[in-house]
Amino acid sequence: MLHIRPLLGAVAGSMTSPLRPDDYRATINPLWSRRRLSGRVEAVVPETSDTSTVVVRPGVGWRGGLAGQHVSVGVSIEGVWHRRTFSLSSPPHRPDGLIAITVKARPDGLVSRHIVHALRPGQTVRLGPPTGRFVLPDELPAQLLFVTAGSGITPVMSMLRHLAESRQMPDVMLAHSARNASEVIFGEELRRMAAQLPALRLYEHHTRSAVGRPVARLTMRALSAICNDIPERMTWVCGPPGLVDDAESYWRESGISDRLLTERFQPAARPGGGQGGRVRFVRSGRETTASAGTPLLAAGEEAGVIMPTGCRMGACHSCLVPLAGGQVRDLRTGDEHDTPGDLIQTCVSVPVGDVDIDL
Amino acid sequence: MATPTHLSARDIEELGEELDRLRAEILASRGEDDARYIRRVIAAQRGLEAGGRAMMFASLLPPAWLAGTAMLAVAKILENMEIGHNVLHGQWDWMRDPDIHSTTWEWDSASPAAQWKYSHNYVHHTYTNVVGRDRDLGYSILRVTPEQPWHLVHMAQPLYNLALAVVFEWGIALYDVEIEKVWRREKDLDQTLNQFGSALKKVGRQGMKDYVVFPLLAGPAFLPVLLGNLTANVTRNIWAHTVIFCGHFPDGTTTFTEEEIEGESRGEWYLRQLLGSANISGPAALHLLSGNLSHQIEHHLFPDLPSNRYGQIAPRVRHPPTRPPVPRRVRGAGSRTEPGATRVPSRRSPGGEPSASPCGDSPWLPQRAMPADRPAAYGGGCERTREVRLPGVAEGHRTGGAGRCRGCAGGTASGRSRSARHRVSDRGLLQRHPGQVLPTGPRRDRDGAGGGPRNAAG
Repeated sequence: MLHIRPLLGAVAGSMTSPLRPDDYRATINPLWSRRRLSGRVEAVVPETSDTSTVVVRPGVGWRGGLAGQHVSVGVSIEGVWHRRTFSLSSPPHRPDGLIAITVKARPDGLVSRHIVHALRPGQTVRLGPPTGRFVLPDELPAQLLFVTAGSGITPVMSMLRHLAESRQMPDVMLAHSARNASEVIFGEELRRMAAQLPALRLYEHHTRSAVGRPVARLTMRALSAICNDIPERMTWVCGPPGLVDDAESYWRESGISDRLLTERFQPAARPGGGQGGRVRFVRSGRETTASAGTPLLAAGEEAGVIMPTGCRMGACHSCLVPLAGGQVRDLRTGDEHDTPGDLIQTCVSVPVGDVDIDL
Repeated sequence: MATPTHLSARDIEELGEELDRLRAEILASRGEDDARYIRRVIAAQRGLEAGGRAMMFASLLPPAWLAGTAMLAVAKILENMEIGHNVLHGQWDWMRDPDIHSTTWEWDSASPAAQWKYSHNYVHHTYTNVVGRDRDLGYSILRVTPEQPWHLVHMAQPLYNLALAVVFEWGIALYDVEIEKVWRREKDLDQTLNQFGSALKKVGRQGMKDYVVFPLLAGPAFLPVLLGNLTANVTRNIWAHTVIFCGHFPDGTTTFTEEEIEGESRGEWYLRQLLGSANISGPAALHLLSGNLSHQIEHHLFPDLPSNRYGQIAPRVRHPPTRPPVPRRVRGAGSRTEPGATRVPSRRSPGGEPSASPCGDSPWLPQRAMPADRPAAYGGGCERTREVRLPGVAEGHRTGGAGRCRGCAGGTASGRSRSARHRVSDRGLLQRHPGQVLPTGPRRDRDGAGGGPRNAAG
């Protein structure tokens, strides 16, 4: 009787071969798949003019996570799956089992704009497992400082909600920067929390004056005037690169870098431009340079990498390999791909700047 | 290229550019509707398969056996043709769905997807109808064109072609291992044994499911379920064999030699695909069940475009906007004779008329079996009782009394513009820039050797 489950699994597997039983479950309801984690959109709640919170019921494979972690979210736009990473804004283990991400629509962001403006309740999204080290430690420090700007508040909101729920709010200072009061994501909830919880101190920094003129941005030096015990506080900083860079250098100069956790929303820009670039084959450890007109297949073969190959004209898809980093352009369509993990046709793709290939 | 074409090198390059534009247009218009289509076909197929197998548990009742077997046969046909074949071509890779992707898909066929992708997507689709390179020309055992050398064993090919149809999936699995290449010392023995091993594993899993697990689960209905699964598999095999043989081996499709494709340009590659394939017309169900290989020509031109679009682009492949429409015969599925019944018997004897001309009829071909349904505008469908005119072609292809085209029987374009074509790299497409016009070189076809005077625009 001990081995009844694996035996049943083997029988079920041979019944559905070459598919898996999970494929049939997922065909009936994507939320029943354990292998391909999905979720159903329950609600899309506007937070500010360009930011919405998406409440999702995760499928059976979902396993909680920690406050402050982020998840990979896949949405289908015009039939194409796009994956992006977003911080969870909900606390882990909500009683209703739902999770939430809060997304700010970037003017040129295909996926973020779709999520904020076009995603509807009932639609299916794909999820990854929660990951990231931008979390609260197991043993809470006595004093905490959160410094956030714009949508950088989202992972911190998850932590604050978690702390408020657990009724053991330590001494917390939150410094948040936004354009103005109405642009503060979760503004109302934050102000209400600060009013109700004496241990939570909220400092809002607005970068536009009442008449709309720009005001100085939030800097650590300015903050140290308001919060005079920064070195004593364990600190989390999340926001645009300028803010994070400033924080990192401030803590480095103070020699207390180990008391700082940061999270960036935008990856560092890749140098190289439209003139081809360095092509690195991550697994085979080879490196070469290729012009903007040299297909990656040719570059790889030249460098002695064993490249999967076929028709060499983009028809047979024998040469697909995953992109590890950087940007490539399809010679035929001019389409550019820059999502790590995307499978690219090396015979018709050229590097746009430096690229890493998972081969 | 030894085509009976009356197209100039310039015409061929224009054709290539036109087809590239058509391809780009379809690529740009792929969207939610296409994604929904394939997801629905997959869901319907899984429903049919599960329903058919469930029904067969009651197969001690003959109507349940019949219904279950029929549902399973249709499910297997859909799985192989419209889903498996097309997903493995990468037609749905653009959706970036790892569950519907050429690199992750495994299909309900004896041949492992990885091996099949190599022999089909690469070898067959790149070297379509090139004798000696395209192993799909008769699958190494059948002689389907007189250009293939004759052996005594070919006398028996009508018989073993029938046997091949019945065991088609196993035949393909064995064929994909390319055992005959080890014989000729063209392939490493270890690699072949490895491939053979993984093919055996797949064959084992497939056989286990249909002939052991489901019959055992059915208990008293063991035998009817086993026979039902066998019937469904054989039905699928015969259907796949029929569709594939109708796609490339009907009279009227052209074969090529290795030297003819040397230095082939993008346009010439397209033209070879046009001349080497044949379409089948019929109702929507036929297109679906054939995996849209009824649009074999469109599939060979654009093997990685979603199959649900082939029907949409077919009229434009036949009548490109820059060429006037040409009268053509549309042939119904009912009037199609499987080439297995025509060309396979006809090529069992040594020699034979070269069929390199689409007009080359086999004496074995029944009168009602007409040359393939192909786009005459490209010089393909030079049919009997028909005159083909291209813009500016003063003297079209005239058909003779015996059904032979006098205009193209002797003359081929092989000598034409060879020097020009040799300048084009074998990576044709990638070496050229959009809009770049290929050097045309000396045009020997102007003197009429290539099948009549050329048009001024050429």
